[in-house]
Amino acid sequence: MDYTIIVVIEILRAISWLVLLAAGLGIIFGMMRVINFAHGEFLMLGGYTVIMSTKAGVNIWFAMLVLAPLCVGLFGVLVERLVIRFLYGRILDSLLATWGLSLLMIGGVTLIFGNTVEGVSTPLGAVDIGAYSIPAYNFVLIFFAALFMVAIWGVMKFTRAGLIARATMQNPAMAEALGIRTTWVYMATFGIGSAVTGLAGGLLAPLTGVVPTMGVNFVGQSFITVITGGASMIAGTLSASTLLGSISQGMTILTGPVYGDAALLLAALVLLRLLPQGITGRIFTRSL
Amino acid sequence: MTKLSRRRFLQSSAAVAAGSVALPFAGLAQDDAILVGGLHDLSGGLDTSGIPMSQIFELALKEINDTGGLLGRQVKPVIYDPQSNMSLYSQYATQLALKDKVAVVHGGITSASRETIRPIFHRFKTLYFYNTLYEGGVCDRNEITLGTTPAQTVEKLIPYVMNLWGKKVYTVAADYNYGHITAAWFKRYVEENGGEVVETEFFPLDVTQFGSTIAKIQAAAPDIVLSAMVGTGHFGFYRQWAAAGMKSRIPMASTTFGAGGSEPIIMTPEEGDGIITSFGYYPTIDTPANIAWKEKIAAAYPSNTPVLSELAEVTWEGVMIWADAVREAGTLDREPILEVLESGKTYDMPAGKVSIDPLTHHAIRDVYIADLKDHEFIIKEKYEQVPPADTQMVCNLEEDPDANVHHEISLN
Repeated sequence: MDYTIIVVIEILRAISWLVLLAAGLGIIFGMMRVINFAHGEFLMLGGYTVIMSTKAGVNIWFAMLVLAPLCVGLFGVLVERLVIRFLYGRILDSLLATWGLSLLMIGGVTLIFGNTVEGVSTPLGAVDIGAYSIPAYNFVLIFFAALFMVAIWGVMKFTRAGLIARATMQNPAMAEALGIRTTWVYMATFGIGSAVTGLAGGLLAPLTGVVPTMGVNFVGQSFITVITGGASMIAGTLSASTLLGSISQGMTILTGPVYGDAALLLAALVLLRLLPQGITGRIFTRSL
Repeated sequence: MTKLSRRRFLQSSAAVAAGSVALPFAGLAQDDAILVGGLHDLSGGLDTSGIPMSQIFELALKEINDTGGLLGRQVKPVIYDPQSNMSLYSQYATQLALKDKVAVVHGGITSASRETIRPIFHRFKTLYFYNTLYEGGVCDRNEITLGTTPAQTVEKLIPYVMNLWGKKVYTVAADYNYGHITAAWFKRYVEENGGEVVETEFFPLDVTQFGSTIAKIQAAAPDIVLSAMVGTGHFGFYRQWAAAGMKSRIPMASTTFGAGGSEPIIMTPEEGDGIITSFGYYPTIDTPANIAWKEKIAAAYPSNTPVLSELAEVTWEGVMIWADAVREAGTLDREPILEVLESGKTYDMPAGKVSIDPLTHHAIRDVYIADLKDHEFIIKEKYEQVPPADTQMVCNLEEDPDANVHHEISLN
């Protein structure tokens, strides 16, 4: 019984992990059809923000929840103004440019901070569930993944900003004709997507080794989740994370991490063969 | 008035042209420094290990020059950055052997990179030093391998921790040949010491979440967790282990934690303290030789001081042992140098005494066990002159001097 509870929490946490990793990327891809290849490095930047500010004495929660999204969000706006805005509608060029950006970021962070700095321990300690103990921080991840989804849905559905964003997404030319400055919408979207990625990077920092090259460990899972999910930000991210997270964690628990990894890739392959536009290309097509 | 015939004009201008072409060569001949190749990953995922190795490599060459050079000549590093990329490794190795014609090459970090460049140096008869701990099994007379192999460290670590903690062992290891071979050695020595490996789990290098494994380990309730995890993704294992409150429940030992020197820095004391490891070198070795060596490094690199680990120290050994052999052989020719290296000399190094086993070209060296406390390895045990028993099982260069293989050592 204890073990069943642990397994359920573990699967929920795996789903949340994918939601957190993919949400920022999903916003940018869903809105603007731009693939940010430096996504892993945006996560890394969020992680470094947390580590460096905690070292300087800042409260870890403030660093994770405020500073990380703020820094990475502003950085995202800068990147959009300097690089991305010249490349809208040119998917391959934007891939190449953001890949170059990722190398630049790895080099820059290595140059400034060196490649080994003491990380931060996971806050909150452990909780006992029967004979098992798990990190209490797991619940933080699950909570924030849920909050992300609800917040994005709420903003898109009920605010004027969300309405403008949806209009731009559906028909940029018509939105422009109605007096919406779409370039600003794109800039804001890229900034918000980056901020969400920064927040995710901040939340991951106490769970993993924060080094300049850490992005590569996350970028694969993030892309697979977004592409499998398809163009809808919320339904796509949520359905793909749930499906892939439970398949890979289920396999990991049953057999081991090697097959867990393989199962995730296999599931993504089969899904994309059957639904080349992603899950939301066929199902939940009208959802956000 | 002399008449400048067309023939004379051509002759004289040809001479001038020849002279101007010949001049640079004359200049090169005067600058007769001995070229020494260094191939370490200075960027990419392995730079945490490669940069310190390269810093020490350069410092060792500088030390040789400061103490009078080699054979009356200076030594000069030729350094390329293979960027953790195997095709660059093979490109630069070929370049070092054929274009730069270096006297020796030091470098290669992962086994994949070594197996990319080792056959190139073998073919072009360019002496090669591999200064990294690895899974054992290379049999090649052209390569000198100075780092520890699993038989050296695992053999000592397992009885030590089983004595401390108990007999039931759970192994977690990286999913590639190094992890698999090390896990096989864990199993052999655990069983030889009357224990039992209840489970062995392998992790692809990009796995970053370990929650379900940690739950499985709790269900199995072992006395010891043995780790052969590798790389930045696997840092998360130690962090999530501590977060689940497991540090105080099940102790951990490893022959990879801190191999490149970065884990003990990145992990906070509450995460890293108490992990017991075994390597051929620790910066905390308390001998005059090591203390003097560390001072030398701190003086040479006052900022950006290299992280010291077995990788960095063994790189120093490699350069110094090569230089010693050149002095004794009195030549840069490969054959006489190899004969000196095979003569069974013992070298005093910061890590302790090192000698080269002539049958395998691997090091017979001192092995240490240490306990991590507050980012520092506290040395608990020292074992003198441990042979590379694994490679000795499969390699005999006296019988087969032309061997050019990497044996997969099978323990079954």
